Amino acid sequence: MADTSFDVIIIGAGPGGYVTAIRAAQLGFKTAVVEKAYLGGICNNWGCIPTKALLRSAEVYHLMQHAKDYGLSAENIAFDPKAVVQRSRNVVKRLNDGVGFLFRKNKVTTIWGEATIDAPGKLTVKKSSVEAPKGALGEGTYQAKHIIIATGARPRVLPGLEPDKKLVWTYFEAMVPDKMPKSLLVIGSGAIGIEFASFYRTLGAEVTVVEVLPQILPVEDAEIAKFAHKAFEKQGIKILANTKVTKLDKKSDSVVATIDDGKGKPQTIEFDRVISAVGVVGNVEGIGLEKLGVKAERGIIAIDGYCRTNVPGIYAIGDVAGPPMLAHKAEHEGIICVEAIKGLHPHPMDRNMIPGCTYCYPQVASVGMTEAKAKEAGRDIRVGRFPFVGNGKAIALGEDQGMVKVIFDKKTGQLLGAHMVGAEVTELIQGYVIAMNLETTEEELMHTIFPHPTLSEMMKEAVLDAYGRVLNM
Amino acid sequence: MPINILMPALSPTMEKGNLAKWLKKEGDKVKSGDVIAEIETDKATMEVEAVDEGTIAKILVPEGTQDVPVNDVIAVLAGDGEDVKAAASGAGAAPPKAAEAPAAKPAAAAPPPAPAPAPAQAPAPKAAAPAAAPAPAPQAAASAQRGNGHARIFSSPLARRLAKDAGIELGRINGTGPHGRIIARDVEEAKSGKGLKAPPAAPSTTPSIAPSMSDQQILALFEPGSYEIVPHDGMRRTIAQRLTASIQQIPHFYLTIDCDIGKLLAAREEINAAAPKDADKKPLYKLSVNDFVIKAMAVALQKIPNCNVSWTEGGMVKHKHSDIGVAVAMPGGLITPIIRKAETKTLSAISGEMKDFAARARARKLKPEEYQGGTTAVSNLGMYGINHFTAVINPPHATILAVGTSEERPVVRGGKIEIASIMSVTLSCDHRAIDGALGAELIGAFKQLIENPVMMMV
Repeated sequence: MADTSFDVIIIGAGPGGYVTAIRAAQLGFKTAVVEKAYLGGICNNWGCIPTKALLRSAEVYHLMQHAKDYGLSAENIAFDPKAVVQRSRNVVKRLNDGVGFLFRKNKVTTIWGEATIDAPGKLTVKKSSVEAPKGALGEGTYQAKHIIIATGARPRVLPGLEPDKKLVWTYFEAMVPDKMPKSLLVIGSGAIGIEFASFYRTLGAEVTVVEVLPQILPVEDAEIAKFAHKAFEKQGIKILANTKVTKLDKKSDSVVATIDDGKGKPQTIEFDRVISAVGVVGNVEGIGLEKLGVKAERGIIAIDGYCRTNVPGIYAIGDVAGPPMLAHKAEHEGIICVEAIKGLHPHPMDRNMIPGCTYCYPQVASVGMTEAKAKEAGRDIRVGRFPFVGNGKAIALGEDQGMVKVIFDKKTGQLLGAHMVGAEVTELIQGYVIAMNLETTEEELMHTIFPHPTLSEMMKEAVLDAYGRVLNM
Repeated sequence: MPINILMPALSPTMEKGNLAKWLKKEGDKVKSGDVIAEIETDKATMEVEAVDEGTIAKILVPEGTQDVPVNDVIAVLAGDGEDVKAAASGAGAAPPKAAEAPAAKPAAAAPPPAPAPAPAQAPAPKAAAPAAAPAPAPQAAASAQRGNGHARIFSSPLARRLAKDAGIELGRINGTGPHGRIIARDVEEAKSGKGLKAPPAAPSTTPSIAPSMSDQQILALFEPGSYEIVPHDGMRRTIAQRLTASIQQIPHFYLTIDCDIGKLLAAREEINAAAPKDADKKPLYKLSVNDFVIKAMAVALQKIPNCNVSWTEGGMVKHKHSDIGVAVAMPGGLITPIIRKAETKTLSAISGEMKDFAARARARKLKPEEYQGGTTAVSNLGMYGINHFTAVINPPHATILAVGTSEERPVVRGGKIEIASIMSVTLSCDHRAIDGALGAELIGAFKQLIENPVMMMV
């Protein structure tokens, strides 16, 4: 009879859950993770990772198409959608196995099935429809002093725009297309919508993006979003902001969408496929929260700075504990959660220091306050900008479109936010995240030596620009 | 190598405890997690679990022993395959070793070498370090370090700049970042007085403030499920933080005086009755007693300007205007919007401003500049029938006036008992800035004005 009693049980093996499990094990807790479908969760299997693999294929394809710009020749450039998808699934498989390996290495027990919390300290696991990996425990009742809910989120469904998974896709179907649509409607211009728009456009689809808000990439700085907007339009993506999709009529192999910009008569346009990317909602159902009295509102479990719910012994992290619904936010919450349980006195997460990355072309990355938010918060600010056209490495790469923008508190020199659009900015942003975490002011950033020639030099130039000292502009 | 089992600390502040009971005896085998003894403090009894496996070779502290210092060796454990007898006899050699341990103890930073009693939730030994570090032992060493200028204070660049702007010495700030690094939030805490160490010049004389109970300690006193935890909102936290800092750091003293407000009530009635009416036949103003109190306090501060001050380390801030904060209760908290330059404003202007403030305060619509600052405050609980209370000073104020209800009371005048409308008021003063006689002058001036409201017009 296997041991069913643990110090910590985490429900969900997504990026938040599995990292939390490893940290808990490192801290000496006897740890188990309950998972019903995929080790690594959505991120690993149907989100962050497979989309990056798809976008890489698109990027290489794009470069091949522009081979001439680099003095190269490539003929008969083509792609095989099946092979592109297969590569993406192979990447997933590798990481999937990786999570299993990490669990074994850290002596984290995997329990396979669907968990319901019966009472604080006690949960029941029922069989799930997906086959269990080797070595996992199964159905039964389990005990743990601390139960951490990390059940993640799923695509939001808006009435009238319900995905049928054949013609109207969520990210699940969009990631494994049976064929390349000729025309595609993307509803929602957040990270998920824009990344798919970028992918399908690069591979030749006619793409229309509809956003209900006035700005695409609504959480980003307005100036950056506007820059990206123009770049997308230049690539031939049609963007309809301030616009709603009110109806989807499904034909045999196409969808007629009714699109209303609130001005004239709503128009109807026919598309091969539709991607509904109108956000995600937390998976709060079926865990037994109502019975336990765990407070949850609109799909989000209420937690304090240490991820504790209102019921002692029950915690929540990641998407299910509220926005921003990002893997790295979930991981960080998980670590704070178990370190607090251990008594290590971690600081609660500073929400202003959660970076965000969108892997469209051009990429978008940001951390901290947008210019508008900083002003709204009553901050007296200094703003610095630097364009890619002023950077040697960017020009050498053939990627001279983009910009870096930084926002400082005028009085204290605190870096309040950084926003970028352009090649590789998702890899650059972390420099500013470290700077913010270490609480550097403009002075230390100006004293830091940035290697030449790199794109990162633009990060320093933007700081210099905020203080009227820019060099290469 | 035999393992010493030490007296565990059940809380970061525990210094000694009673060994209530041994649950194992010499010769018993134990494994990690076994409960071996019960320890008792004045508040709780806790079980001591074995951390290592082995055989109890010798019990050094018999059960029932009182006041066993934390980290004293209480028993010796022989590891697997070790000679229990040898370990037991070795125990004789242990006490000298144990004697070394307590020598290191006053520093308290040293984590107990062996068992931490409850593995999961017990506050880690680390918790003890920051609290205990500024205490007695390292004083000499610290001053020596300061002397040769080698003691680097780790701090973030932003924290250094904020501290410099606020005029706070880095050495006085408690760092809560990694490895005790001072970060921006620590400076913010220090600004509000929390987390500020005593000035290095006068160490040891100021007893550190006793830590209050931890959340876990409090929750442990109630049955799970018998309560609900409502997360604090920002206002609750601000109130808790500011008022705790105020009462801990400001030496308060209180002056109470009775005011006969008969004339005031008559004047108020007369003024309100004569109020011009607007198009809807509604009077343009309706003065409250509190409007008079605000005005009287404002004029009194002008008469006794040495009370219109704020204490800062750098010097006494003497204010030119009377900016009167008025406590407004609202669901879940309170806020003190400020009537600026109240000495220059008419009663009807004050009344109108207060009505607007109160409405917007309750809707949480006040702007920061409308409730930050001020040179004193008024808190009125008269409408609840309270006749006397004391209020906590809201820094940077040096005073606060607690106003009771106005009620008919018998008073003795010229040997006769008469009925008068009396309102008791209590002035809390910051003794750093205002001495007793000075505070009495202020409340005296207030009494004169409130009893003779016409004097406010002068």
